[in-house]
Amino acid sequence: MFNIERWQEIFETIRKNKLRTFLTGLSVASGIFILVILLAIGQGMENGIGQQFQNDAANRISVWTGVTSESYKGLNPGRRIEMDNQDYELAEQKNEDQLEYKSGLYSLWGQLTTYKNENGSYRVEGVRGDYQFLENETLTAGRYINQQDLDNYEKVAVLGNRVYLDLFKGSNAIGEYIQVNSIKYKVIGVYTDPGGEREETRIFIPLTTAQRVYNAGEKLRSLVFSLQPQDKFEDALAASEAFSAQLETDLKQKHTISPTDERAININNTLENAKRFFDLIAMIRGFFWGVGICTIIAGIVGVSNIMLIIVKERTKEIGIRKAIGAQPMSIIGMILHESIFVTAIAGFFGLIFSLFLLEIVGPLIESEYLLNPSVDFGVAITTVVILIIAGALAGFFPARRAANIKPIVALRDE
Amino acid sequence: MIEIKDLHKSYHMGSNSLHVLKGINFSVSEGEMVSIMGSSGSGKSTLLNILGMLDEADEGSYNLDGKTIKNLNEKVAAKYRNQFLGFIFQSFNLINYKTAVDNVAMPLYYQGVKRNIRMEKAMHYLEKVGLAEWAEHHPNELSGGQKQRVAIARALASDPKVLLADEPTGALDTKTSYEVMELIQGINDEGKTILVVTHEDDIAHMTKRIVNLKDGLIIDDSVVSQVRAKEAKERQEQAKRANHV
Repeated sequence: MFNIERWQEIFETIRKNKLRTFLTGLSVASGIFILVILLAIGQGMENGIGQQFQNDAANRISVWTGVTSESYKGLNPGRRIEMDNQDYELAEQKNEDQLEYKSGLYSLWGQLTTYKNENGSYRVEGVRGDYQFLENETLTAGRYINQQDLDNYEKVAVLGNRVYLDLFKGSNAIGEYIQVNSIKYKVIGVYTDPGGEREETRIFIPLTTAQRVYNAGEKLRSLVFSLQPQDKFEDALAASEAFSAQLETDLKQKHTISPTDERAININNTLENAKRFFDLIAMIRGFFWGVGICTIIAGIVGVSNIMLIIVKERTKEIGIRKAIGAQPMSIIGMILHESIFVTAIAGFFGLIFSLFLLEIVGPLIESEYLLNPSVDFGVAITTVVILIIAGALAGFFPARRAANIKPIVALRDE
Repeated sequence: MIEIKDLHKSYHMGSNSLHVLKGINFSVSEGEMVSIMGSSGSGKSTLLNILGMLDEADEGSYNLDGKTIKNLNEKVAAKYRNQFLGFIFQSFNLINYKTAVDNVAMPLYYQGVKRNIRMEKAMHYLEKVGLAEWAEHHPNELSGGQKQRVAIARALASDPKVLLADEPTGALDTKTSYEVMELIQGINDEGKTILVVTHEDDIAHMTKRIVNLKDGLIIDDSVVSQVRAKEAKERQEQAKRANHV
């Protein structure tokens, strides 16, 4: 490998066959180029989809109720199930040390809201203070709902950014009063949500206020929780699945619902959704690797083919070398060395070119599902290893053929 | 130096079998210069290939400088070829992309000789064949005679026991042929054993012994009085001049 004579031989043959070597290298370089770009796109998709999950707390679990679909303990199907504060307290008490954030929710759709001459129809949701974090909201002005608001049934409201822009046109909203149907609320804050405009057309008021003002008694539309974060994704997933299952069982028992009823209690676990997405990404990534590897295999076959032609072309030379004392191993070494050298150099060019392209173009890509496509160092190393193995593979069969050339046949005059 | 006993060789092509050598007994002692003659198909090239370890006999024994050449693997055969034999071919068989001196140095490369020593030795042999100033030229810049001289220098480079020449003058005109033979005779004068395969009578008579092959058998093996190539060349030139006049 570090034999200077061997290197001289290789440079000499490459110099003599520039075009051939260039074309061989091109096939390998493009293979590596395609592999790296595909992997980078895979990574970019992962980044992009990962960001989509920042809409809500990543480990959010929400529960809402529907209509029973099965008869159970003498009760007919078609019963509407409604949760109330007791359900919330039950879940809260039972899992106190596991829960990170928690809130009950009482919401009303399409509430006509006016401020001076401006008006719009928005969703009004009665929530607890934790809800800010469950929705992953950031305040741009004022404060969120706190325990005092809840205790005193304050008529205060936190507006989504869209609502704020519609009604206040950018002027100060904090301390102003808006009217939702016939009731006036004091604006205490404005929030933005990474989920975008749809998530920002909501008005939040204290849960207790909502229940009292809209005659809901103790009723809740849904329960929303998040669990304490875990170090490992698998642990977090397991914990949240266990929690979801336990919660479902408890609620079914309390409301006398058949354990097999799938419509009365609905639990949405974002972590499970996330897992589904991550599985999808893993599949896409695997697919990209597959395509990339296939491209490289095509490249290897190309190099192998060309090396075979080289061997064919150099049959006579190899015969001469053998006649004057070249041993088979030295012939194999010569061919292998050349093919590894060509693939490695060409591969490095492909790698560097693709990394260069990613560096330049990557940050310019602005798409919801593709964010900052890049490859990490480990992947780059892997491709380099693949290259060297590829070079050796591509050279092996031609080299073996070269070593088996009989000098007597090679030297026979055509 | 060379001892051959009852050598047989046949080639199989499909269902046909061609018995090329039908029991050759033949020996060459050190310092001899022997030509092997015969029409095409007489088996002379096959015999030379077996002597050169490029091919192997079916039957019989072959002794080279006290070593039995039998069932050699490729590695050992390559080593023996490198150590014991120097080849000179009709079509020169130089490597085109290497300079004359690099071509000559090749057998030494396979012996593992260091580069500077190798180059020095190669230059020495190039000088010996009178091509020192052509050392950095590629074979396609040389004439046929010059190419054959480079090939001879290469054959000598590894200091072999025996030189095997297969129609060394087959691709050369008469004048150049005689020059090449002059060189080969000079090498023989220094004591090297040389085997020349040829079908040209005049070339054969420039050796010291002629072995005649026909249909795979030696029909004649006789010592001849050597014609010096130098004299032959001069005679030829005189004749030419005479023709002109």
